[in-house]
Amino acid sequence: MNKMSWPGKIGVNLLAWLVSILMFFPIFWLILSSFKTNALAAAREPAFIFSPTMASYVNALVNSNYWHYALNSVYTAVGSTLLCVVLGVPAAYSMAFRRSKRTDFTLLWMLSTKMLPAVGVLVPIYIVYKNLHLLDSALGLTLIYTAMNLPIVVWLLYTYFKDVPGEILEAAEIDGASLVDNIVRIVTPLALPGIISTGLLAIVLAWNEAFWAINITNVHGATLSVFVSGFKSARGQFWANMSAASTLSVLPILVAGWFTQRQLVRGLTFGAVK
Amino acid sequence: MKIRYAIAGMVLGAGGMTAAQAATQLTIATVNNPQMVAMQKLTSTFEKKYPDIKLNWDVMPENELRQKVTVDIATNAGSYDVVTLGALETPLWAKNGWIQPFNNLPKSYDVNDVIKPVRKALSYNGELYALPFYAESSFTYYRKDLFKKAGIQMPEHPTWKQISSYAKKLNDPSNAVNGICLRGMPGWGENMALFDTMVNTFGGRWFNKKWEPELTSSGWHDALSTYLNLLKNYGPSGSTSNGFVEVENLFSNGHCAMWVDATSGAGYVSDPKTSKVAKDVGFAWAPVAKTKNGSHWLWSWALAIPKDTQHADAARKFVEWATSKGYVNLVGEKDGWVNAPPGTRYSTYSNPDYKKAAGGYADLTMKAINQADPNKPTEKPVPYTGIQFVAIPEFQALGQSVGQNVAAALAGRMSVDEALEKSQKSVKSTMQQSGYYSK
Amino acid sequence: MATRAIRSTVKTRQRQLGKASQGMISFLLIGPAVVYLFVWMLVPLAMTIYYSFRNYNLIRPTFTGWAGIANYANVLADPDFLSAFINTLVLVVASLILTILFGLFFAVLYNNEHVFGRNILRTFAASPFFIMPVVTGLIWSNLMMNPSFGLLAALWRGLGLVPIDFLAQFPMPSLVGIVTWQWTPFAMLVLLASLSGVPEDLKEAAGLDGAGAWKTFRHIVLPQLGRPLYAVVMLESIFFLVIFGQIYVTTSGGPGTATTNLPYYIYLQAFSAYNIGAASAGAIFAVILANIVAIFLVRMIYSNIQEEA
Repeated sequence: MNKMSWPGKIGVNLLAWLVSILMFFPIFWLILSSFKTNALAAAREPAFIFSPTMASYVNALVNSNYWHYALNSVYTAVGSTLLCVVLGVPAAYSMAFRRSKRTDFTLLWMLSTKMLPAVGVLVPIYIVYKNLHLLDSALGLTLIYTAMNLPIVVWLLYTYFKDVPGEILEAAEIDGASLVDNIVRIVTPLALPGIISTGLLAIVLAWNEAFWAINITNVHGATLSVFVSGFKSARGQFWANMSAASTLSVLPILVAGWFTQRQLVRGLTFGAVK
Repeated sequence: MKIRYAIAGMVLGAGGMTAAQAATQLTIATVNNPQMVAMQKLTSTFEKKYPDIKLNWDVMPENELRQKVTVDIATNAGSYDVVTLGALETPLWAKNGWIQPFNNLPKSYDVNDVIKPVRKALSYNGELYALPFYAESSFTYYRKDLFKKAGIQMPEHPTWKQISSYAKKLNDPSNAVNGICLRGMPGWGENMALFDTMVNTFGGRWFNKKWEPELTSSGWHDALSTYLNLLKNYGPSGSTSNGFVEVENLFSNGHCAMWVDATSGAGYVSDPKTSKVAKDVGFAWAPVAKTKNGSHWLWSWALAIPKDTQHADAARKFVEWATSKGYVNLVGEKDGWVNAPPGTRYSTYSNPDYKKAAGGYADLTMKAINQADPNKPTEKPVPYTGIQFVAIPEFQALGQSVGQNVAAALAGRMSVDEALEKSQKSVKSTMQQSGYYSK
Repeated sequence: MATRAIRSTVKTRQRQLGKASQGMISFLLIGPAVVYLFVWMLVPLAMTIYYSFRNYNLIRPTFTGWAGIANYANVLADPDFLSAFINTLVLVVASLILTILFGLFFAVLYNNEHVFGRNILRTFAASPFFIMPVVTGLIWSNLMMNPSFGLLAALWRGLGLVPIDFLAQFPMPSLVGIVTWQWTPFAMLVLLASLSGVPEDLKEAAGLDGAGAWKTFRHIVLPQLGRPLYAVVMLESIFFLVIFGQIYVTTSGGPGTATTNLPYYIYLQAFSAYNIGAASAGAIFAVILANIVAIFLVRMIYSNIQEEA
């Protein structure tokens, strides 16, 4: 493949550019529509060139409760991720450095909980949450997202920890380092890039989650998924508003996603592909 | 530097939040119809009057509202302090003990001013369980300018046959005008509300006296054929995703020559601020076919207080405020009288300002509400009450599944017969599971 | 290799401590995560199984007691359940095939070193994967596919055709298209990661032997992709089996039941028919279906860790 003819090179380039443009176009169109007026966004003739207005952003940021939902998204995504890391680091450490017969079984069991479809536990969780007063609360959502992401976080941390050279741990233990020292002072700093990208992936997954957010929150604990789904019956009337709200909701995670592409592959394939 | 400011801002924000939490927080679930959106916009007026109460809104499309509110109340979850419900749910939920009665209303509320059939629809065992925010029947909207241009006269009492012939004549896709627009979004409160009135007037009924479904009868068949013919040939594209709000929007943007729907949309389409055709809207009775019975519905969107709320007193203050004479006046004076919530109070209809602004439809609305008889919804006798619904708990599920089949027929995925047979089967099995037949 | 040797010396040291206290330490490390998952996943699942044998309808509080297998029987007799089952399979299989075909094509394209700016291009092409499903649904059902004001309608009119109401006339293909748009990047990223691992000299050798581009791909590259392809199939299956957000904002499962998949069917049973018993029975079927897929996946990953350990 190294020797490619000139026409071939041009063809491959054209194709690659075309594919990128087509894939990205709907997102581009969403962002473009967010700078239109509501009337122009739903015009029968699509407008590519127009004088942009920030009115829809003002509407989203000032007149509607965007910040309330955004804050909930931040709380739930960051909160569940922190909880996942706190629970996941010791577990992954144990699996990587203190392997026993049960390790493989535990790993696979964790993974199998990820295969449990959420609808299967929707009703019980709804009813239990009602009794615990966790319905419509960011805390309730955070706890669920933790359960949802924990298997992926443990697996991913496990694959990163395995890359930490054992000599260092050995040396530390000879120097009398305790288990906690090993985890906090040695493994964590060495695997920090891995932990951070694992965290980013967990944030992406929690931020984009819709099923639980729609079903167990209404107002107080509702996230951006709920906020944006409120626009589903906007049918032509408020498309610019819808686009601005959507853009504001996806942009932070889109940027985060661009930087976590590789970890995402590794995390979602449970380390099968690196 | 910047980060420090951001943190300071967050701390301040949190401080502000705790200050607000000292006031009673009311969470209100409501529909995204224009009148309710207007109510949401008056939040500050209410909060000024009652500084110790703060309002939080959850405004949703009709179908979602029903799901969320029902699940919330039925499981005693208590997320909402005030819910919006209608004439179907109120008596059923009152019976289940899920909502609180409104006894001892203050004298200033003047409960006798509330229109009688509406009061009756929201009562159970003689007690009011929800206060009407607005009430409606259904009628025919048409564009006087287009009718004049085509040289047709809309009769006071049109028939569905006439409506079909007008739709054909007035359909003008090149000018983006559809002959007729009707609801098509599946849901018992969406497409089925209109479609049920069609079934009624074509002589069909949901159940015979023994609770056996009759969805494959000629009444249903004729109603569905007429409905499909109208929307497929002369209706807007994408009808299966149009509910009341969407069609209202289409009509007020001049895309429909006719529209049969709730009388409560009349204000919106007559207001030049929201409607491009405000000057040209005409009104007539809902179309009929075989019988006048059940050709137009009776509905009220009302506010109720769930049994489990922690803030019953504050909730009651809000509900009484939002359904009071004072609220009607407030909206009338602030947003224009066409937007005043219709159908709830006799005083609205004797108000000279309202009469002047709503002259085109005020009388007709009142007459239609008074004449709609939920006890006699069609030609033949039925074991249930309700015009565009059957007042049994199972109806939400029945209406949803039949509504889906009607939408599927509209999308061309089923024939008339297939849709009705499938509906008949699913209604029958639901009723069987609910124990309506001993054998 | 050295790592493994060292690890075993760590192990020897651990063995010097008491076996019981070692177990205790391990439990303290793994325990919290395991207990957490147990409480949040398996306890609710047990409750679902319990409800599936009960009469439980939210709007009929007086209707209680044991139902026996009536909920299961009713769900199986419900034609909508069968169609939801078929829809689920159609959605999963069609989206799988399309995402893999496109993903493979894109991966080969962006793996080509002659493509100018391929990292940036790849990043842009990967973007749909990071968009929240609810927004994906909104973009497509409104901005793109709306039959009056959508971009595709304008394109159709521009070509002199009558605009199509995609979500009403072709609901399932439209939904598959939306899912494919969102998930092709995932397949692409996984396959790309593996493709870049194919040794250059191997390909060069094949090139010197006079093998064409296709032959090189077919015999050298493709065999390397076995495991990643398997991973993509399994993982996408897990996610496709539970698609909800996109359906919720685009078609609400309609028209009719054309796009009602199992999760949506269960959601409707629970939150629209308020029949918790039937919803729970349906949920158990969904769990079984997911587990069939899961067995294959677990087996693959198990062989993976066996190889590495």
